[in-house]
Amino acid sequence: MSTSTHWQSGVEDRAASPTAAKPFWNPYAAGVLLGLVLLATYLVTGRGLGATAGFAAVAAWLAGTFTPGHVQSSAVHLKYWNEGAPLLNWTLFLLVGALVGAALSGWQGRRFSLTIERGPRVTDGQRLALAFVGGLIAAFGAKLAKGCTSGQALTGSSILNAGSLVFLLAVFAAGFGLAYFVRKEWL
Amino acid sequence: MFPLTSSIEFSQGAELAIALALGIGFGFALERAGFGSARKLSAVFYLYDMAVVKVMFSAVVTTMVGLFALSAMGLLDLSELYLEQTNLAAQGVGGLLFGAGFLIGGYCPGTSMAAIATGRKDGVMFALGMLAGVYAYAEFTPQLDDWYKATAIGEHTLPSLTGIGMGWWTLAFVAILLGAAWGIARLESRFKGLRPPGPRPAAPSRA
Repeated sequence: MSTSTHWQSGVEDRAASPTAAKPFWNPYAAGVLLGLVLLATYLVTGRGLGATAGFAAVAAWLAGTFTPGHVQSSAVHLKYWNEGAPLLNWTLFLLVGALVGAALSGWQGRRFSLTIERGPRVTDGQRLALAFVGGLIAAFGAKLAKGCTSGQALTGSSILNAGSLVFLLAVFAAGFGLAYFVRKEWL
Repeated sequence: MFPLTSSIEFSQGAELAIALALGIGFGFALERAGFGSARKLSAVFYLYDMAVVKVMFSAVVTTMVGLFALSAMGLLDLSELYLEQTNLAAQGVGGLLFGAGFLIGGYCPGTSMAAIATGRKDGVMFALGMLAGVYAYAEFTPQLDDWYKATAIGEHTLPSLTGIGMGWWTLAFVAILLGAAWGIARLESRFKGLRPPGPRPAAPSRA
């Protein structure tokens, strides 16, 4: 278990302790590694990375399990239905792999910590609620734009897709535009 | 030669195994970058730690250089790569919503996996919110998919729109990355006062 200072990549005395979390990689080095993974994905599959489709596959499975009638009535559920095996979805397997890869990395870097990430001016409960609401809004945006940070911002931008670059600019515009209003959550 | 799928028909099992293997690399890179941490991710919008921009920009440029180099050597057929159609309204409004969700939620869909894998409970809540969001989209607004298709303006890239080749664009992006790296370092140093000084009060410290 690490302390919650894991997100500080700077130099500090506790970094010398054998049980402390190791610092993150230099972001440019991590970016190159991420770019190589994306390149490999393109070369092998002809498509890039994604993430939102994995969630959509789980949603289709949930619909099929609890409200089977709703699957047939939604073209979006049907798109992920995969002839009754929605969980055998490429992007969902990618997400499961990502869980494993991140767990390996976190374990090796001693960065596992059962915690809630928030600024000092909100409560844990408020932060958990905001995380849920944020996920909900992000999901809707990703569905509307046909991709998220993985599918549009990384995958599309690297092949210079015009729509992906518009998406990327819009993401940062919204983030910077809202940052002042939600500063209590983070600062 | 590349992409492999243009010459090889993978079985479903092989495809899913490939997804799992690539996912491990994906998650590993995200966690190494610090993207399992909502505070590190949201810090980009307060300018004191812009790792998000550094990682994304260098990843995009790495892939772009690789795609261009391999295609210039005749090893990759760029036209075989999937290209999502452009729909400016969808990508503009969707991007604004996504950015808001990213800042409020603290994660994006991929990074929430890194957060969950390293014990972040808020990462679990973000992923549940995502699931609720895609479910709601499929249940209540599936017709937005039809609207997207009807109003999309086709496949467009900067090279196809401008007539300037991918090589020049790649060179430009490398140059912008180098300039941005310098500018980002200055911004981070100007806003370093916003960087939290240590562990937040509520967190137990064992160091």
